[in-house]
Amino acid sequence: MPVNYAPLPKRTPRWLVGLTWAIAVGLPVSLLVVLLVLLPITKPAMIDGFILHQLGHDPAVWPWRDLLAAAALVLIGAVVFGWGAVFGGVSTWLERKIAGRMQSRIGPNRAGAGGYLVWMADALKMLLKEDLVPAEADDLLFRAAPYFGLVGFLLTFVTLPFGEGIIVADLGVGAFFVTAITALVVVGILVAGWSSNSKWALFGGFRSAAQVISYEIPAGISLMVPVLMAGTLSMQGIIRAQGGAPWNWFVFRNPAAFVAFFIFFTSQLAEANRTPFDLPEAESELVAGYHSEYSGFRFGLFFLVEYGSLWVMSALAITLFFGGWQIPGFHADQWVAVRGTSPFPPPAWWGMQAASMAVFAAKTYTLVLVVLWIRWTLPRIRIDQMMNLCWKYLVPAAFACFLFTLLWQLLVSAVPRVELASGIALSLVALVLVALFLKQTRDNIYSVAGDRIDLSNW
Amino acid sequence: MEKLILRRVDRRNEEMILNFGPQHPSTHGVINFIVETDGEVLRKAIPDVGYLHRSIEKIGEMVGYPGFMPYTDRVDYLAAMFANEGYAIAVERLLKLQVPKRAQYLRAIACELNRIASHLVSIGSMAMDIGAVTPFPYALREREYINDLIEALCGARLTYNYLRIGGVAYDLPQGWRDRCLTFLDHFDSLLQEWDRLISFNEIYERRLGGVAVISREQAIDYGLVGPNLRASGVDWDLRRDAPYGAYADFKFDVPVGKGWAGVVGDCYDRYYVRVLEMFASAKIVRQALEKLPEGEIQVKVPKKPKPEAGETMGRVESARGELAYYVVSDGTDRAHRVRARTGSFLAMGIIEDISPGLMVADLVALIASLDVVAPEIDR
Repeated sequence: MPVNYAPLPKRTPRWLVGLTWAIAVGLPVSLLVVLLVLLPITKPAMIDGFILHQLGHDPAVWPWRDLLAAAALVLIGAVVFGWGAVFGGVSTWLERKIAGRMQSRIGPNRAGAGGYLVWMADALKMLLKEDLVPAEADDLLFRAAPYFGLVGFLLTFVTLPFGEGIIVADLGVGAFFVTAITALVVVGILVAGWSSNSKWALFGGFRSAAQVISYEIPAGISLMVPVLMAGTLSMQGIIRAQGGAPWNWFVFRNPAAFVAFFIFFTSQLAEANRTPFDLPEAESELVAGYHSEYSGFRFGLFFLVEYGSLWVMSALAITLFFGGWQIPGFHADQWVAVRGTSPFPPPAWWGMQAASMAVFAAKTYTLVLVVLWIRWTLPRIRIDQMMNLCWKYLVPAAFACFLFTLLWQLLVSAVPRVELASGIALSLVALVLVALFLKQTRDNIYSVAGDRIDLSNW
Repeated sequence: MEKLILRRVDRRNEEMILNFGPQHPSTHGVINFIVETDGEVLRKAIPDVGYLHRSIEKIGEMVGYPGFMPYTDRVDYLAAMFANEGYAIAVERLLKLQVPKRAQYLRAIACELNRIASHLVSIGSMAMDIGAVTPFPYALREREYINDLIEALCGARLTYNYLRIGGVAYDLPQGWRDRCLTFLDHFDSLLQEWDRLISFNEIYERRLGGVAVISREQAIDYGLVGPNLRASGVDWDLRRDAPYGAYADFKFDVPVGKGWAGVVGDCYDRYYVRVLEMFASAKIVRQALEKLPEGEIQVKVPKKPKPEAGETMGRVESARGELAYYVVSDGTDRAHRVRARTGSFLAMGIIEDISPGLMVADLVALIASLDVVAPEIDR
């Protein structure tokens, strides 16, 4: 169909394409590389070894040992915060770009090649804007609220793995810690809604309290399914109990886990206020919900937490159900063999760590794309429907999955082969579902006269 | 000074009073609702109109008969053709003019294209109000084709000023017929796409089905018109039941609410009636293009027409329902009184009585489903 479109922008200059690629690839990769190097060498044993062998002191009596360990932790904190911020920023660009393609638009295409630099421009804009506090607002709480969210978001990175040995602290109560700490985000939203002294913000706060606290329950119970299967709450322990190949993932190894994944994922969507559960900030109902009155840097923090949570929820689901960083065809004892016994790990081990990080990041990004896809597909549900869905369907279903898993574990201990059979069968089911989905998508596109699959013009 | 409307709010109880608008993303223009809420549940939503009053009816008394035509565009900017047409018909009746057949057909083509464009905005923005953002750009994409067609026809994309008293301003440009037919072929395949995209979405059906039900009796009592009336099960369409212009020559369906997702007269019915109406309009455009007669497009009208003293009413089935112009002439070259009776204003009247017991999110759905357009409420 001929349409009077505005003229296309001029070709992006070559230096700008180069700069964009350098930033797009360089920034996340350099952060991940720093994490890759930093996290294994700041383990207490490694620090003690460094003090003993390199500096020639006895770490037990050397007075600066704790300071060195603390400095390493601060450095890790800064890098992890950087990763969260960069990921959050890039996700806003990705979301706008994907939304554009889904909506038959182009999306951002001016700042940098493919509009990539737009997220930096946005961040800069938010930093430079005036930090307004409404005259009638509760000043202290209003200013403090975004930081509750930020803390709740950043602390989850403590137990979120990036790779086989790449984790800030593999706490024994990892999964429990994440559930507990993400609840801090709700406090931020509630405080923001209350202290803004705006009725729209208050509505957002109400809704958020009702929603997030309700959905913590099915999320928590469905999280118990992989925990039961692994027999540990530690994040790395849960991943080590799975394997690299799809039929070794928890999600397929147990029919109840297959259901539990969807319950968990739905609850996570609700906890992260993503569509169809974006009621606390429903723009067509509540203007902007709990952050109606925020501007500048403080709004930026809310925004960062919202988009950074994409990584947290996806990484959590990947960890619990989809085999985490496990590389297909690589077993636990091979990791030990590659590590060897030398105090400093050999190059092959570093390569394996990088590969495990790549696997984990790729899986997580796939799930992030699913979240974005859901957001631009579904309408928002109403608050009573949201509560019904949680209490009438998700909570009982999560309990059923939990009970089924208990029995399933008994069955597995009697007949170990049943786990592999379930894994293969459910993997095939998932494969067929994906194939059917792709076929349906293709048919939908071609059923309209004049439409075609077009991935050009990014 | 306290606003009069606030006196209708019951202040004795502890309910929260919300100013829903005039700057709110889903009031579809500058409309204000004073909303009493008990948590998420509404006690009452009182529409407060008048934020967009531009004295258009008074202007109709100040400028001459032909001079008022561009102002009628501003009565309803989403469906300006109908606002043109209603006024043109009223004045033609005063002047006792017979409009040429070709002009009547061109009016029908332009109006039905405009109806599609208007309904596209309506259903797209309705989906957006429910939280699904993606259908909106798709609706606007199709509307863009129509805007191109209408731009080729009359040079404007929003305020058309295409109709004249006694005919239309321009004949079809070269190749327009084929362009329009290409568009109609494309458009006919969209019903299915639209159904898959949003209409049959489970969440969408549940958000709208059984919500804010307007019964048949209520719809008639409150004087609802157009798609809002038909969604409540009243089979009434001026184009078929009191034909004007060329409409007697066409065969078309008039979709009536059937309770597709719940009860007859709920928000979903008002939505889906509009969807089906677009495709009925596409059929009318096709028939009109096929039967288009040759001949004049404009009768001779004096520059300053002076109709005999008298009064008349011009009614058309606009995208927002029956749009009527009441014009009184005192024998001079300016109207003594011009009055427009618009569908959106009538729809606003029912909101207060339908709203008790709805949720805040349902109020948004109700406003969107009534398809009110701010300038048409206030004029």
